[in-house]
This record gives sequence, structure tokens and C-alpha cells, in this order.
Amino acid sequence: MATGIRTESEAVGLAALSARGEVGGWRDQPVLLRLVSIALFAGIWEIAGRIPVSFAFPTFSATFSAFVGLIADGSLPLAYVSTLQPLVLGIVLSAFLGVGLGTLCGLWRTGEWLLIPVFIVLQAAPVAAFIPMVTFVYGIGMTAKTLAVMILALPVIVLNTYKAVRNVNGSLIVMCRSFLGTRWQVVTRIILPDASPVIFAGLRLGVAAGFVGVVLAELLITPTGIGDLITFHRSRADYAEMYATIASIIALSTLTLIALQWVEVRVFRPETRGA
Amino acid sequence: MPAPIDQIVAVRGISKSYGSTEALRGIDLDFPRGKLTSLLGPSGCGKTTLLKIIAGLIKADAGTIAIDGKVVSAPGPERAFVFQDFALMPWATALRNVAFGLELRGKAKAEREDIARHYIAEVGLAGFEGKYPHQLSGGMRQRVGLARALSVDADVLLLDEPFSAVDEQNRRKFQEDLIRLRSNQNKTFIFVTHSIEEAVYISDRIVLLSPRPGRVSQIIEPEIDRSGDPDLIHRDKHYLDTVQEIWQGLKQYAE
Repeated sequence: MATGIRTESEAVGLAALSARGEVGGWRDQPVLLRLVSIALFAGIWEIAGRIPVSFAFPTFSATFSAFVGLIADGSLPLAYVSTLQPLVLGIVLSAFLGVGLGTLCGLWRTGEWLLIPVFIVLQAAPVAAFIPMVTFVYGIGMTAKTLAVMILALPVIVLNTYKAVRNVNGSLIVMCRSFLGTRWQVVTRIILPDASPVIFAGLRLGVAAGFVGVVLAELLITPTGIGDLITFHRSRADYAEMYATIASIIALSTLTLIALQWVEVRVFRPETRGA
Repeated sequence: MPAPIDQIVAVRGISKSYGSTEALRGIDLDFPRGKLTSLLGPSGCGKTTLLKIIAGLIKADAGTIAIDGKVVSAPGPERAFVFQDFALMPWATALRNVAFGLELRGKAKAEREDIARHYIAEVGLAGFEGKYPHQLSGGMRQRVGLARALSVDADVLLLDEPFSAVDEQNRRKFQEDLIRLRSNQNKTFIFVTHSIEEAVYISDRIVLLSPRPGRVSQIIEPEIDRSGDPDLIHRDKHYLDTVQEIWQGLKQYAE
């Protein structure tokens, strides 16, 4: 699960990045700063590749040209078509189901009692171990891959939503009741907006976990998509191609998280947008 | 026999206990229409509990609350609440916060925002419609809370220590504004406070509650002319005498 830890800390890092923003000067140029950061990373990679660190470690430029080659010959786009279907389906299902179940557990004692222990166990368990079991039951198709995504993404989304709903500012609920809000209005106008920062933190972790799930499934079960492309190039010692594939999925995962954060700030918490 | 005074809120035999602690015992009170009545007393006298029972936010163990003769047990459109901690939605602008009561009632956006803008100006916050609560000072936030309560056009405004989280200078200014606001809003105010000066300064009637269990110990009607300069009230002899009189009565409860 080392991969999981990496992505989670990445998500936390993104949150810290947006919390900053009252400092003046050159720090006010986030785009420039990010480009410099990427350029530095590429430069160090290039140097490390030229030393070389290992014969299996390609340079940045070799990886980049391999990436262009993979797009040109159509193998990378084709792999993504196969990977993205279960990934998107699994994440969308996990997001709606997770936020729904989490909200239900936060509001309804019996639901909390029935469901929360299950998700606590699921979150604590090394879920990657379930993936061969999923294959055993559902075969090696789209269902198994989607389930692998959901097994990893759902618990963290449910638990975060549940905690967020339970910790909603009680005084706002009383306010809504006193101004004649119905139960439904209390949930949609007060509880969900107030809980949204923690719900979104859960969604970010869930999306990152979903990427882990789909890659694991493709490495362990179904030799298709990105996982297959990585395995294939490794077996042929095409290290530049292998690194290009891995880098592409990391980049996609990061971009997805950034997009999610953008949606959160735009739609749900406009007051946190800049100072 | 004097003409009967028009009572808008009638409290009859209200009792409330929290576990073994008796918060209120047998409260009977009437609140005259169009007046500002303060509930004043030391902490533990149940004044906020009584206000929340009148608001329908807490259930009483015994007794009834009637508004215009109609017994109520839940929040209703004839009452609006101003919260001690403001209770503003941090994700909504001042305008949306003020319009929130009307939003819950399903009023069209344009219409409710017009009403909200009117009351934002009324409480002296014109120009701050687009600000979020964290961009406003404590006093300004409570002005938003007051505008929200005014905009639903309730007959009775219930204010729960509205100035206790506002700093001293802003509190003074706000009290003056409240006196001015009252003169052009024909509303009944029920005001909870633990400040004697504040109660005497703004109230037509002061209900003194004694603690453990909360009971009505005295009702005072300070006769202070508030039509002139509000600064003069602080030097008014009757104002000073009333403050002193209430303090003598409450002294015994101070630790």
C-alpha cells in the first residue's frame, strides 16, 4: 500500500497549497512558481538519468520522447480508454454512494450503528488483498475493475462524510429550524454546505484511492489498460516507455485532484476563494 | 378600571428542568405589543431557556406559550430569533444570510434580495451586501443577524444576548441604533441580557428573574424618554436610579 500513502500525502499537500495565499511578493505568482517547480523536477530527473542511477532508470528527455511515441502509435490512448471506464464509473458511484451513505449514517443512529463499523474495518484492512477475491467472484472484466476502485475509494468517502455531518455547527441547525426550515432544508442548505470541506477532503482521498484501485486491478487481475502497458514495457525492458506510462497516470491523478479542488472552491465554499 | 393592555405573548405556568436541575418554575408573564421587554438576571436564572421556549426551540415540561391567543409549541412565522453567536452561514454573503429566512419560505430570489437589501440598509450595513461573515466585525455580523430577523417580518423579535459577543464601543453604537430602529419598526422585542445598564438603557419593561429555580422576582418599567439624544440617557437621573435599584436587588445573587 505504499502507493496509497504517496497519493494521500499528495492530496494533503494540495490542501496546504491553497490555504496559503496571504503572503505577498513573488509568492503571488502561483502559476510561475509551479512551472519553476516542474522544471526543477525535470532537470534533476535528467541529471539522475544521465549519471545514471540505474540502467533501468531513463532520463527525462528519453521518457518524454517515449511518451510522445506512445501517444503517436495509439497504445497509450487505447490503454486509457480501457482504464478510464471502470475508473470513472467506480469513482462516480463511490462519490454518490459514499456521500449518501455517510450523510445517512451521520443523521440516523441506526444507520450509523449498522454501517460505520463495516467501513471502519474496510478502511483498516489491507484492501488490496481483496482484489484477487473480487476476481474470483466477478471474473476479469469491467465489473471486477470497477469493484476494485470502489473497495478502495468508498470507505474513506463514507467515513469522512459521516464525521463531517456529525460535526456540523449545531447553532446553524437551530437557526434554520427557527426560520421554519424543513428537515430537508436543514440537510441541503445547512448540513451539506457546512460539512462540504471535510466531505471534499474525503472525496480527494477517495479519488486518489480509486486510481490505486484501478492500477492494482490491472496489475493483479486483468492484463488490460494502463496496468498492462506498464507490465508489457517492463517485460520488454522498454524502461522509458514504462516510466512514461507511470508518469502519465500520476499526472492524470494529480490533475483530477486539482480539478476537484477547483470545483469545491467554485461551487461550495466561495468564501475561501482568495483573500 | 384601566383599559386592558394589548398583550401579544402570553406565558403561562412554564416549567423546565434539565435532569435534576430546575431551570424554570411556574413562569407566568405577558409581553405587551410594540414594547421592548428585557429578561434580566444572573447566570443560571433560565432567561435564555425561557426565550428559547417562547421561540419554540426548546420544549417546556409544563405550561403554554400563546402568541395573539394562539398556543404554539414550535417556531412560527410570527416570531424571529437573533442568536448570541450570530449563527451566520460562513459560505453565504451578507445578502444571502439576510434573505435566508425568506429563501426557506420559498420566496423568489429577486424579491427576497430586494427585501434583504432594504433591511441591510436599515441596520446600517449598506455596501456590505457582498461580504462574507469572516470579512465583517462582530458588531457587523450581529447587524446581519438582526436584519435577517427583521426581513421575515415577524411581529415578535426574540434576541438572545445579541451584544454579548460584540466589543464595548460597537455595543454602545448598536444599542443606540436599536433604539432608533425600534421607533420605526412596530415590533415587539423580547431581549435577554445579563447587563443591567443595557436593560435599563433600551427597555420599556424589565423582567427580573431570580436563579435556581428561575422565577419572576420583579417587573420594572423604567420611564425614560428616549426620543432625544441617546447619549443623554446615560446621564438621565431616572436611568441611574433604576440601574442602582436593580443592582441592589440582584446583589444577593452575586458570588
